[in-house]
Amino acid sequence: MDDFFTTSVLVATAAAAIRLATPYLLAALGETIGQRSGVLNLGVDGVMLLSAFFAYWTVLSTGNLWLAALVALLVGLIMGVIYAVITVFFEATQGISGIGIFIFGLGFSDLMFRQQVGTPKPVPRLPSVNIPFLADLPYVGEPLFQRSLMTYLAFGLVPLTVVLLNKTTFGLNVRAVGENPQAADSLGVSVERTRFAAIMIGNAFAGLAGAALVLQLGIFQPNLTQGMGFIAVALVYFGAWRPWGVMGGALLYGVVNATVLQWKALGIIPVSISDLAGMAPAILTIGALILLARRVHAPAALTKPFSRH
Amino acid sequence: MFPKKGAVLIDKLLGALVPLMAAAVAFALGAIMLVALGANPFEGLQALFDGAFGSGDRLAATAVRATPLILVGAGITIAFRTSVINIGGESQIIAGALLSTVTALSFPGLTPYLLVPMVLMAGFIGGGIAGAIPGALKAYASVNEILSTIMLNLIMVQFMNYLLRGPLIDPYELEAGTRIPQTQRLSDNASLPTLVDGTRLHLGVPIAVAAAVAAYFLLWRTPVGFRLRAVGHSPKAARAAGINVQRNITLALGLSGALAGLAGAILVFGSQGQRMVTDGSAAGFTASAGFNGIVAALFGGLHPLWTVPSAFLFGALLTGATQLQRVLQVPSSLAVALNGIIVIFVISSSRVRVRLKKLLENSSLINKPDQEETTEAT
Repeated sequence: MDDFFTTSVLVATAAAAIRLATPYLLAALGETIGQRSGVLNLGVDGVMLLSAFFAYWTVLSTGNLWLAALVALLVGLIMGVIYAVITVFFEATQGISGIGIFIFGLGFSDLMFRQQVGTPKPVPRLPSVNIPFLADLPYVGEPLFQRSLMTYLAFGLVPLTVVLLNKTTFGLNVRAVGENPQAADSLGVSVERTRFAAIMIGNAFAGLAGAALVLQLGIFQPNLTQGMGFIAVALVYFGAWRPWGVMGGALLYGVVNATVLQWKALGIIPVSISDLAGMAPAILTIGALILLARRVHAPAALTKPFSRH
Repeated sequence: MFPKKGAVLIDKLLGALVPLMAAAVAFALGAIMLVALGANPFEGLQALFDGAFGSGDRLAATAVRATPLILVGAGITIAFRTSVINIGGESQIIAGALLSTVTALSFPGLTPYLLVPMVLMAGFIGGGIAGAIPGALKAYASVNEILSTIMLNLIMVQFMNYLLRGPLIDPYELEAGTRIPQTQRLSDNASLPTLVDGTRLHLGVPIAVAAAVAAYFLLWRTPVGFRLRAVGHSPKAARAAGINVQRNITLALGLSGALAGLAGAILVFGSQGQRMVTDGSAAGFTASAGFNGIVAALFGGLHPLWTVPSAFLFGALLTGATQLQRVLQVPSSLAVALNGIIVIFVISSSRVRVRLKKLLENSSLINKPDQEETTEAT
């Protein structure tokens, strides 16, 4: 344990925590916007897998990280259109249709990977970008200001999402159709259009999350996410549908994951029980859900398809 | 106003037609994927069909592959009829498999007449516990069951890895240093007897079918099922009628999990290796039956009896895909991708069905006799 409480190890763990929190944060922020409009998207994990694969494939064939992020964003948008059509226009049950998207993403990314790549080959990772002056600060410089642009983007999107939801007409519409679609509809707000847009933004974020994940790891393998997208959905509940709360949850996950990794590396957690330690994030989530379930207020129309008839 | 005979018939026809159309569209997309991957779609279809139905042995393999899907699917219908969604099939299969494995390890010398029922019961109980936990969390702590079942999936896979890499690992794997996460070969006394010599068709197949029939009887022919469905229809009304809603929600997820757990036991004791083995992922042991069972149940219209042929169809798709991989080198995960597409289509199509019906009703074709009848009546 003493090995863990040294400055260099703690700083490295904090840096890893922020890095690991990035994909969770991106996916969960997107899911927050969707859920505030009343749409539960359980397909996040599938979208992340698809975008992660296509981002990886792009880097593998072009070497261009930016193109990869763009491709991932596009994959997210395409899946967004599909999910929006299913849930908004066909009014499909949201829980199950999301699972359909997940199964498709799981299968299709696996198929494409085995067919086009075969064995995992490493690709260049996202470079860290040092912020002038701040990066040289003691202790906080490395974890906070020597990160990749994707991490800066993820954390920068938190206040932007707050503004989007609370200070814009679009955000007002999103919250209105998530709470009371009938009332919003009677006031001339298009429930369909608002939800469509919210789903598109949410899936675009999920696409970026997949890119962040794979470009930080520098490698792809089938089922790379191992349920991260589902945890991102849980983080929205965890954060009580508020971007800052969601960020707190994502950071907590980052810290838990980074600590477990570090403790494994230092031998504080023996190899024999390292699988048990891997249960920590999911157990933490269930614990949080038990504590929060009756205290937080979900958007009233969440998972309820809207129909005028 | 009572629905007209014609309208009822059209509704039934559309009800059967739409899933089939959804499957046809999914298959068309599958063919497009095959073309995109550089394979001949007709050869692909041929290989798929051969792999699934080509010989008695393959037919048996399809039935064996369908078995966990029938059980998980029947469980899903019980949960669904109670208005709870069970996405934890994977964790419940694993829990059932682990408990039955431990049972077989504890009583290896017991006569098959006792040991086989015991391992099956252990699977049922193990899965039941893994299902009842999210059930109780929903009933008594308002925890969303979709999230908790998914979290349990993530927890159980780690727990399985821990046990199969540690306490339950085959001692030979340690000796040889290969460290494949698997148990030793379990007692042959627990092995599910083969029904047709020379094939893999084992006792698990009729057990699964019987379980689906039992689920049907439970839901529609017993007071227990009546209470479950009452809670599913309207928890408020059920509560007003004196039904314990919480207990029934827990029971529904418990039963749903128990059937999945039974599938887990059958996966272990119907396997050729007669052991529990994984590759470190949930799918490495379950072959994603926990998710594919949802697909089978949805495709079967969430009816336990229709789940049986539906599961058989998906079993065929999955065994056929293995052949596809062998013949055309197309990864068998194509079947998984197709499953996802089928879910999306079927789930969207209940709405399509309503729209189609409305469209047909508004068209002159049906409207005319309708109007005549009403004028006659007045």
